[in-house]
Amino acid sequence: MTTVRILEIVIPGLLLGGLYALIAMGLSLQYGVARILNFSHGEFIMLGALTTWTLFTALGVNPFLALAMCGPAAFVIGFFIHRTLYKRLLISSPSPAVFESSSMLASFGLMFVIQNIALLAWGPEIRGYSYLSIPVNLGGALFGANRLVTLGVAIVIGMTFYLFISLTRTGKAIRAAAQDPAAAGLMGVNINSVLALCFGLGAGLASVAGMLISMCYPVHAVMGREYTIIAIIVVVLGGLGSIPGSFIGGFLLGLIGSIVTQIEPGLALVAYYAIFVLLLLIKPTGLMGK
Amino acid sequence: MPILEGEGVTKYFGGLAAVSRVDFHVEQGEIVGLIGPNGAGKTTLFNLISGALTPSAGVIRFQGREITGLKPHRICKMGLARTFQSVKVFPNMPVFENVLLGALFGKPDGVSVAHAAEEATALLEFVGLSAVRSTPAKDLTLVNQKRLELARALATRPQLLLLDELMAGLNPTEVGQAMELVARIRDQGITIFMIEHVMKAIMSICDRIIVLHHGVKIAEGTPQEVATSKTVIEVYLGE
Amino acid sequence: MDIARLDLRKMWTPALLLIALALFATLPLYASRYLVILLTSIAMYVVLTGSWAIFSGPTGYISLAPAAFFGLGIYTSAVLGRTSPLPAVILVAGLASFLVALFVGALTLRLKGIYFAMFTFGLVELIKYFLLWYEVEFTGTRGRFVVVVDNTTIYYVMFIILATLLLTAYLIRRSRFGMALQSIGECEEAAAHIGVNVNLLKTVTFAISAIFIGMAGAIMATRWTYVDPYIAFNPLFSFMPVLMAIFGGIGRFGGPILGAVVFAYLEETLITRFPYYYMLLFGIVLIIAVVYLPNGLVGLAQILQKRISERRHAHTGR
Repeated sequence: MTTVRILEIVIPGLLLGGLYALIAMGLSLQYGVARILNFSHGEFIMLGALTTWTLFTALGVNPFLALAMCGPAAFVIGFFIHRTLYKRLLISSPSPAVFESSSMLASFGLMFVIQNIALLAWGPEIRGYSYLSIPVNLGGALFGANRLVTLGVAIVIGMTFYLFISLTRTGKAIRAAAQDPAAAGLMGVNINSVLALCFGLGAGLASVAGMLISMCYPVHAVMGREYTIIAIIVVVLGGLGSIPGSFIGGFLLGLIGSIVTQIEPGLALVAYYAIFVLLLLIKPTGLMGK
Repeated sequence: MPILEGEGVTKYFGGLAAVSRVDFHVEQGEIVGLIGPNGAGKTTLFNLISGALTPSAGVIRFQGREITGLKPHRICKMGLARTFQSVKVFPNMPVFENVLLGALFGKPDGVSVAHAAEEATALLEFVGLSAVRSTPAKDLTLVNQKRLELARALATRPQLLLLDELMAGLNPTEVGQAMELVARIRDQGITIFMIEHVMKAIMSICDRIIVLHHGVKIAEGTPQEVATSKTVIEVYLGE
Repeated sequence: MDIARLDLRKMWTPALLLIALALFATLPLYASRYLVILLTSIAMYVVLTGSWAIFSGPTGYISLAPAAFFGLGIYTSAVLGRTSPLPAVILVAGLASFLVALFVGALTLRLKGIYFAMFTFGLVELIKYFLLWYEVEFTGTRGRFVVVVDNTTIYYVMFIILATLLLTAYLIRRSRFGMALQSIGECEEAAAHIGVNVNLLKTVTFAISAIFIGMAGAIMATRWTYVDPYIAFNPLFSFMPVLMAIFGGIGRFGGPILGAVVFAYLEETLITRFPYYYMLLFGIVLIIAVVYLPNGLVGLAQILQKRISERRHAHTGR
C-alpha cells in the first residue's frame, strides 16, 4: 500500500470520526449524567442542519454565524425540556431503572414530535448548499476544505469540552452527579440544574454538529434517526457515560467505517451494527468503561 | 454429615478478596450465627451459598451434594431458602401472592395451586400477616415486609434457612417477636444460619457463632466463647 | 340475589364472546371491502402489541425486537409463498420466529434494562442492512414480489392469529407462569431465590410472543405484494407496539389491546391524508402517556370509575 492510499483511508476516517465524536459527546452527557438515552438526539442535529441551511440560502447568513445562534438556542430548548418533561419523570419514577426506561420512551415521543414539526415546516425534500467546498491537497489526495474545517471544529469543541468538564466548578459538579446523584445532592450540588444543564449542553452540541453536517452532506427532515443511531453506537463503544470514551470511540468508528467502505461499501452499516450488538453482549461497559 | 459445609470458599471482586478461604459447617437442627463488622463479607458469603454469586474458589456442599456455582432456583428447590438484607418483596403484588409464588415454585416437585394456596394461607397465619393478605407488599411496614419475606422463604419448604439481618431496623418489642419466630421455625426442624447485628438476639438464640473480619474467619464457637475471645473483642473495639 | 347476579355475569362473558366471534367470522359476507381491510390492519396492530405485551408487560424488559420477527415473517412469505400453500407459509414463519427468538433470548439473558432495549434495536438494524447487502450482492435486486392473496383470506388468517394470541395470553396470565413472569418484573433476584427458573421462563415467553409476530408478518406481506429490507425491517414495527401498549396501559390485560385498536384506527384514517399531523399527534400522546398516565387509558378509566362511584356513595350517604 502506498502512503497516498493509506491517507485516502485514514483521512476520510478521521473526518467522519470527528463528526461522530461530536455527536456522541452530546449523547454521552445526556445518558452518562442525566440517564436519558435520548432517541431524539438526531432531531436536534436535524434542526441545527436545516436552520443553518435556511439562514444561509434565504438570508445569506454565514454558517459559522448560524452556529453562534443555533447552539445557544438548542441549549435553551434542551434545558427547558429537561426542566419540564424529564424532571417530572425523575420525580415520579420509583427507581433509576424505571427512569431510564420511561425517559427513553418519552424521548421516542419527542423524536416523533420534532421530526414531524420539521416535516411540516421544511417538507421532506433533500437540501444542500455549497460553502467552502474547495478541494485541498493533502499528501497527494484531495479533500474538501469544508470537511477539514469540520474536523478542526470538532476537535476544538471536543477539547474545550474536556477542559470544561475537568477544570471548572460546574464541570466538577457534572462529574459528581454522574457518579452518584444522591451524594452530589448532599454535597450541595443543585442536582436538577446540573441534569438540565447536561441535557441542554447535549442538545447544543447536537445542533452544532448539525450545522457542520449541513456544510458537507445533504440535509432533510428525516435525517435525524441515522445520526441518533450512530451516536448510540459510539457511546456504547466508548463506554456509556465516559466523555473521553465517546470522543475516542467516534474517531474509532469513523476509521472502521472508512476501512470497511474501502473493502466492501455495502457492509459499512452492517459492520457498525455488528460491533454494536457484539459489544453489548461481550463488554457492555465499552472500551473505556470499568 | 453437616447439612451445609464450605471449604476454602473465596470470592474476589476485581483484585479484592471479599471472602477469603473460609471453612464453615452447619449441623442439622442448629441455629448458627454469622457476625462481623460492616464489610466483613457476611452477605457475600450468603450470596455464594444461595447461588446469587459464584465463588472464585472453594467448594460448598448442601446435604452432602456439591452446590458450588449452581443457579439460585436449583439451590432453592434442593431445600435451601433465604431472606435478604435489603428487603426484596414483590412490591406491587398482594401479600398472599408473594407467598403463593414461593409455595408454587420453590419445591422440587410440582404442586397444585389449591395445595399451594392452603400452604400460603397457613404461613401467613404463622407469621401473623393474615389480616393484610390482599394488601400490595409495598404498602406494608418494614417489620411486616420482613415477616413476608420469611413466609415466602418458608413456603419453599426449606431444610435450611439463611436469614440476612432479620432484626435490623426493628424496635425491641419486634426483635423479641422475631426471636420467638426464629425459635418456632427451628422447632419445626428447620436449620437456621443467620447474619445479625443485634448482639442480644444472637447471643441468646444461637448454638454456635462464626465471626468474619475482612473476609476471613477469625473465630468460631459457642456464644460464650466468642463473647470472651480476645481477637473478637479487639476487632469490635478497634472499630 | 347475589347468586343470581353472579350466574348472570358468568353467562354473559361467554355469550358476548360467541356473539363477537360470530360477528367477526361472518363480517366479510356483508361488510364493505374498506371495512374488511381496516379491521385487518387493526387486528395486525393488536397482534403486534398483544404479543409484545405477553413478554414485556409483566417482566418490564422493553423489547424493540418485534420488527425483527415481523420482517422474518415477511421474508418467509416472500421466499416460500410461490412454492408452498398459505397455511404452511404461516406456520413456518411462526416456527422460524420462535427459534430465532429462542436463540436471541438465550443470548441476551444477562442484559438488563436499557441494554436489552438497545440490543434488540441494534439487532433489527443489523438484520436489515445485512439482508440489504445480501440481496444486492447475490440476487441482484433490492426487493422481492410476494404472491397476492385476496383480502377476505388475509382477514380470516389475521383473525385466527389474533384469536390464538388472545387465548394464549389469557392462559399464560391465568397460570402460575403468569404470576412468575410478574415476579421477575418486580424483583428478578428474589424470584430466582424462591425457585423460579428465570432464564428459562424469560426465554420461552419471549419466543412464544415472537410466534404471533412472525405469523402476522407472513400474512401482511401478501397484502403489500412488494417487499424490501427497508419495508420488512422498519423499526416502526418495533416502536408502534411499545407505544400502543403504553398508551393503553401495560400492566393490564386489556390495555395493550385497547391502545392498539385506538391508534390503528387513527392511523388508518389519518395517515394517508395528514401523515405528519398523525405522527406528531402520536408523539404528543406518547409523551403525555409516559409522563402523566403510568397505567395508560385503562388506568385512567379505573381512576374515573372510582371517582364516580365515590361520588355516588357520597350522594347516597346523605
